[in-house]
Amino acid sequence: MDSQMNELYGNNGPKQVHFSPYAFNGGTVLAVAGEDFAVVASDTRLSEGFSIHSRDTPKTYKLSDKTVLGSCGFHGDVLTLTKVIGARLKMFEHSHNKKMSTSSIAAMLSTMLYYKRFFPYYVYNIIGGIDDEGKGCVYSFDPVGSYEREAYRAGGSASSMLQPLLDNQIGFKNQEGATVVPLSKEKAVALVKDVFISAAERDIYTGDAIIVQVVTKDGVKTEQFPLRKD
Amino acid sequence: MEAGMSCLTNPPPFWKNGPQPGGIYNFPNSSATHSNTSESQRSAYPIVTGTSVLGLKFNGGVVIAADMLGSYGSLARFRNISRLSKINDSTVIGCGGDYADFQFLSSVIEQRVIDEECLNDGFGFTPKSMFSWLTRVLYNRRSKFNPLWNVYVVAGYQDEQPFLGYVDKIGVAYEAPAISSGFGSHIALPILREEMEKNTNMNENEAIALVQRCMKLLYYRDARSLNKYQYAVITKTGAAIHGPVVPETNWEIAHLIQGYE
Amino acid sequence: MSSIGTGYDLSASQFSPDGRVFQVEYAQKAVENSGTAIGIRGKDGVVFGVEKLVTSKLYEVGANKRLFNIDRHIGAATAGLLADSRHLVEISREEASNYRSTYGASIPLKYLVDRVSMYVHAHTLYSSVRPFGVGMILGAHSAEGPELYLIDPSGVAWGYHGCAAGKAKQNAKTEIEKLKVKDMTIKELVKEVAKIIYVVHDEVKDKAFELELSWVGEITGGKHELVPKDIFVEAEKYAKEALEESDESDEEEL
Repeated sequence: MDSQMNELYGNNGPKQVHFSPYAFNGGTVLAVAGEDFAVVASDTRLSEGFSIHSRDTPKTYKLSDKTVLGSCGFHGDVLTLTKVIGARLKMFEHSHNKKMSTSSIAAMLSTMLYYKRFFPYYVYNIIGGIDDEGKGCVYSFDPVGSYEREAYRAGGSASSMLQPLLDNQIGFKNQEGATVVPLSKEKAVALVKDVFISAAERDIYTGDAIIVQVVTKDGVKTEQFPLRKD
Repeated sequence: MEAGMSCLTNPPPFWKNGPQPGGIYNFPNSSATHSNTSESQRSAYPIVTGTSVLGLKFNGGVVIAADMLGSYGSLARFRNISRLSKINDSTVIGCGGDYADFQFLSSVIEQRVIDEECLNDGFGFTPKSMFSWLTRVLYNRRSKFNPLWNVYVVAGYQDEQPFLGYVDKIGVAYEAPAISSGFGSHIALPILREEMEKNTNMNENEAIALVQRCMKLLYYRDARSLNKYQYAVITKTGAAIHGPVVPETNWEIAHLIQGYE
Repeated sequence: MSSIGTGYDLSASQFSPDGRVFQVEYAQKAVENSGTAIGIRGKDGVVFGVEKLVTSKLYEVGANKRLFNIDRHIGAATAGLLADSRHLVEISREEASNYRSTYGASIPLKYLVDRVSMYVHAHTLYSSVRPFGVGMILGAHSAEGPELYLIDPSGVAWGYHGCAAGKAKQNAKTEIEKLKVKDMTIKELVKEVAKIIYVVHDEVKDKAFELELSWVGEITGGKHELVPKDIFVEAEKYAKEALEESDESDEEEL
C-alpha cells in the first residue's frame, strides 16, 4: 500500500518500474447451502488500489442450472479461469451427453487450480449448487486447489469479516443454549444481504451492489440489491 | 560459496516461504519463477508512453479521446502521434502506455483485418470480438512475463448498442459506461461519472462536450499531457476520428497557485 | 507425349533424354482439364473472369470459388486443381503478410510473383514432391498502373496484357487478341471478359458453369474485389446477348 500512497501523492523518489503479473481487484463472494437450495452471492465492484474500475461487474458465474461459481481476486485470472471452465463444461457435455454435476465441477476446478500451482490463478473460488442427491452444497477453494465441502463460506476481500458472522448466525458458534433450527431460503437470503451491507461499511473493496443467486431444483433465480457506492 | 557463508552467520528462519496473510505462495528458487524472472527483464518497463484515454457512452453511441503526446519519461518527445486507431466502421481502439507495443499490436490487427477481408465472407472484427481478442493477447503475454505495456479502451457499436471496454497489460478487463485509464481515472473519471448520473440520457453533442471538457482539464492537471488531442465518435452510422483539436486554455489564475517552490 | 512409359516420367527430379521434365508437363495437362480462367489488363486496371464448371446440380451455388483476394490490392484467378490453388493462395497471402510486417507497405505484385513462382518452381526439382497443377493469374493496380502475371506449373511467370489458362485457353487468347485492351477501361473490359467466358464455354462437353468476375483498378480505389452485382448482371446479359446474336448469324450462314 506504501507504493500506492507514494504514487498517489507524488512523493516518490527515483523508482524502478517492476512488472507484476498480478493485481488485486477486490470483491467478496459468499455461498450458503440449505437443505434443498444454495445461495451464492457477490458484490459487483471492481477496484484496483484506491480506484473503482466498475460498479457493475458481478463475480458470480452461472455454470449450469444446478451450479453457480463465485470467483474473485485478480480479475485477469478470474476472466481466464471462468472462460476455461466454460470451455471444459461444453467439452464434457458434448462427450458425455449430460451436464457436469456440481461435485464433478468442484473436483475439476481443484485440478485446474493445482495445475497452475507454481504460477497460480490468484483467485478465490466458492461453488454453490445442488448435489446429486438434490441437497444444497457449497465447495470452497484456496487459490492453488485445496478444497472441501462445507455448509457456508465467504471468500475474497471481506471474507475475514463475513466468515465469523456466518459462523455465529448459521453455524450457531459461540452461542450458549441456542436452538439449532434448519436454515430457510428466505432467512439465508436476508442474512446474505445483511452481512454484505456490514462488509460494505468497513471494506473499501466491497460495495456498489450485490448479486444474489438462489439455486434450487427449479434452476437459478437472480436478484440484485444496492450497497453503498462510496 | 557466498550462500554457504551466510548460512553459517545467519541461520535460516524456522518458517519461510510461507505466504503473507492474504498473500500468495512464492518459492524463490522454484524453476517456474526463476526462469521467468530473467524473461521479465525483456520488457520490464515502458519507453515512449502515452497518457490517459477517455471513453464515454451516450444515447446511441460512444466517444473516446486521447491526446497526441508520446512522452519519453518526463520529456515531451513526440508531439503529434495518434493514439486512436480505427479498426472498421463500428470499432475504434484507444491506447495508453508503451507506444512501440501499440504500433506492434496495430500492425498485427491490420493484418488480421486484411485476412478477414480476403476471405470475403462478410465477417470481420466487431467491438466485442476485438475486445475479447485483446483481452486474451494481453493476458497471454503477461503470463509469459513479456507483457505488452498498454491499456486499451475499445469503443464501438454492435447489436444496436454502444460498447465500451477496458483491458490492461495483465488482462484485467471490464465494460463500463464511462472509462478512463491512467491519470484520467483520478481526474476525469469522477467528473464523467457525476455528469452521467445527472444526465442519464446524454446525447452525442453533450457527451462530446463533456469529454472535451475533461481533456482540457487533464491538460491543466496532468504533467504528461498535451493540449492537442483526437477524439472518435462511433454510432450506428459509422466511426470517425476527429481532430487534432487544440483547445483554448486560460492560465490567468495560475499565479494564485503558489507555495510549492 | 511420345515418351510416356519410358520411365522418365515418374519423378520431377529427372530429365528425359530429350530434355523434358514429364511431371511438369503432366501438371500442365491438369491445368488444361480445368474450366477457363482469364485476366485482362486494361488502361486503368485488371479484370479477371472464371468459367467455373459445375459438375453436379447438387452443389451449392457459389461454392468453391476460383477468384481470390491475396491482399487488399492483389487478386488471383486460378485454373487447375482447386486444392493446389488454395494452397498457392495461402502461400501468396503469407508472402503478402510477411512483406507488410517487414516493410510496413503493401507488397509489389512483381515481388510477390517472383516469390510465388520460386515456390512453384521448387516443387519441380525434387522427387519427393509433385508440381502444382495450377495456372495462377495474378493482377493488381498500383501507382505505376495495372499489372498482370500468369504463373505456370513449371514456375515460369510472364507479364501479360491478357492471358488465359484452362481448357479453352487458346480460344480465349484469340478472343482477347481481337480487343484493343490497352485503350480499354475495366468497365468496358468486364463485359468483354464475361463475353469471352461465355464464347469459349463448350456447352456440348461441359453443361453447367458459373461465371465469376472480379476486378482491381482506379474505380475500385486500388482494391481487388468481386464485380458488384448490378455490373455483373449487366456484363452477363451482354455476354448472353452477344452469344445469341452470333448463334443467329451462324444459322443464317447455314
